[in-house]
Amino acid sequence: MLSFLSSLAGGALIGLSAMLLLVLNGRIAGISGIVGGLFRAIDARLVTNAAFVIGLLLGPLLFLRMFGAWPVVRIETPLPWLGIAGLLVGFGTRLGSGCTSGHGILGLARLSPRSMVAVAVFLSVAMATVYLMRVGGVA
Amino acid sequence: MIVLRTIAALICGSLFGLGLSISGMLDPDRVRGFLNVTGAWDPSLIFVLAGGVIVATIGYRLLRLPRPLLDRRFDLPTKTAIDAPLLLGSAVFGIGWGIAGFCPGPAIASLTIGIAPAFLFVVTMLVGMIAHDHLIPRLFPTEPMKRARP
Repeated sequence: MLSFLSSLAGGALIGLSAMLLLVLNGRIAGISGIVGGLFRAIDARLVTNAAFVIGLLLGPLLFLRMFGAWPVVRIETPLPWLGIAGLLVGFGTRLGSGCTSGHGILGLARLSPRSMVAVAVFLSVAMATVYLMRVGGVA
Repeated sequence: MIVLRTIAALICGSLFGLGLSISGMLDPDRVRGFLNVTGAWDPSLIFVLAGGVIVATIGYRLLRLPRPLLDRRFDLPTKTAIDAPLLLGSAVFGIGWGIAGFCPGPAIASLTIGIAPAFLFVVTMLVGMIAHDHLIPRLFPTEPMKRARP
């Protein structure tokens, strides 16, 4: 029961962050876009993108200060699979112009048909992938 | 303005990272439990999306500003077509997300905790992003022109 509430509260904070970034800076808080932007042109966005990523890294530290423990991170996927997954997530989010934040939170909030389709695709493919890995006995 | 924008981005990033930490999204095991709909399904993470979308929607509806408070104009996505890159990219992302249980935001935030496999994931994720940005414009020369900045 508590996990539902913390997920809702965490989600609301993410939504608040996305709303503030839009209202203040006029930018979409899409993580893949912000991180991908760090490796493209050197322009005015580079500084704000870098600041956002530094903030993202400070998040778990704030959690530690508030709750006295690190957030739980359990990784059971074998390392070679994890490396392949990273490549796919990096390439796929750039090609699909977004991930769980840009398409998931903001795209749905903006009622973007593109984002609705993207969310339906990556969610169903991810569910199918977990099923296949379980059946195949990988993780 | 750039100083204020940078401070705003830092605060927004911190809120985002804190939200991810509280939500449970940093835990790939739990994310894969959420995706495991045919097994021991843990639906709790749907509330992350619900909370995020509800707050972002309210904000998006309430504040119909002519321009953002700290910049001259909004920088919003302009594409509307449901095209092959969107579908293919989302599917490829979905495979990676299912394998690892990590999506970009949580993976980067988890680096602070200092768990080695997370570093491996983030490094290969960045390689994937850079590979895309170098390969796609060469393979399909017309596509990135739409992204040209004004």
